[in-house]
Amino acid sequence: MDGNLTLVTEDPIDPARMLSGALSPADGAALLFWGVVRQENDGRAVSQLEYSAYAPMAEREMLRIADEARERFGTGAIQVVHRVGRLRIGEASVAIAVASPHRAEAYEASRYVIEQLKQRVPVWKREGYVDGETEWVPGFTPVAEAAR
Amino acid sequence: MIIRSLFFATYRDLAGHEELAVELPSGARVADLVGSLRARGGGLSRLPESPVVAVNMDYAPLATVLADGDEVAFIPPVAGG
Repeated sequence: MDGNLTLVTEDPIDPARMLSGALSPADGAALLFWGVVRQENDGRAVSQLEYSAYAPMAEREMLRIADEARERFGTGAIQVVHRVGRLRIGEASVAIAVASPHRAEAYEASRYVIEQLKQRVPVWKREGYVDGETEWVPGFTPVAEAAR
Repeated sequence: MIIRSLFFATYRDLAGHEELAVELPSGARVADLVGSLRARGGGLSRLPESPVVAVNMDYAPLATVLADGDEVAFIPPVAGG
């Protein structure tokens, strides 16, 4: 959909650029979801996270989700950026900017995008713990298109 | 025909490769590709019988008929966000 944009990148995410990129004169608000690496997962101290992706498909699937959200909730443009590579605690792994004429739709669309992203977008993360071990984080099993 | 198979995350660890070119008879389906990979032995014998796959970047059922040059990605449970 016109104006929606998605990206998988190794570079730090620039939230201001996403918000201004999503906004158009018809909008009255822009909402940013900023997902960051936290220091603990399932009770284990995390020292770093490494994300990997099937990047071209991830961008396509995120765009599909952004288009669905925009159509379903009637927002303005939506931008979704997922970072890959090694990330430290506090760094953003995912960001979603939703522009909208009205705020209620923006909140709903933002929630929809992050929930669908976690279930469908081909991205994986390997956690490194303070004790030196690493482990792939268990995730969601995507459902084939035909069955959705 | 040649099918490009891609492996990610835990499946890459099993396969020991990011990518494998697999020769299959024409008319083969995704399920045949899975069977052929599992039969190679090694780590790939631990590939699930019904893994989630994407054919040319779209999630697809195992009954999908493949064509020469298709890209089939094996997608373990996803953990983005």
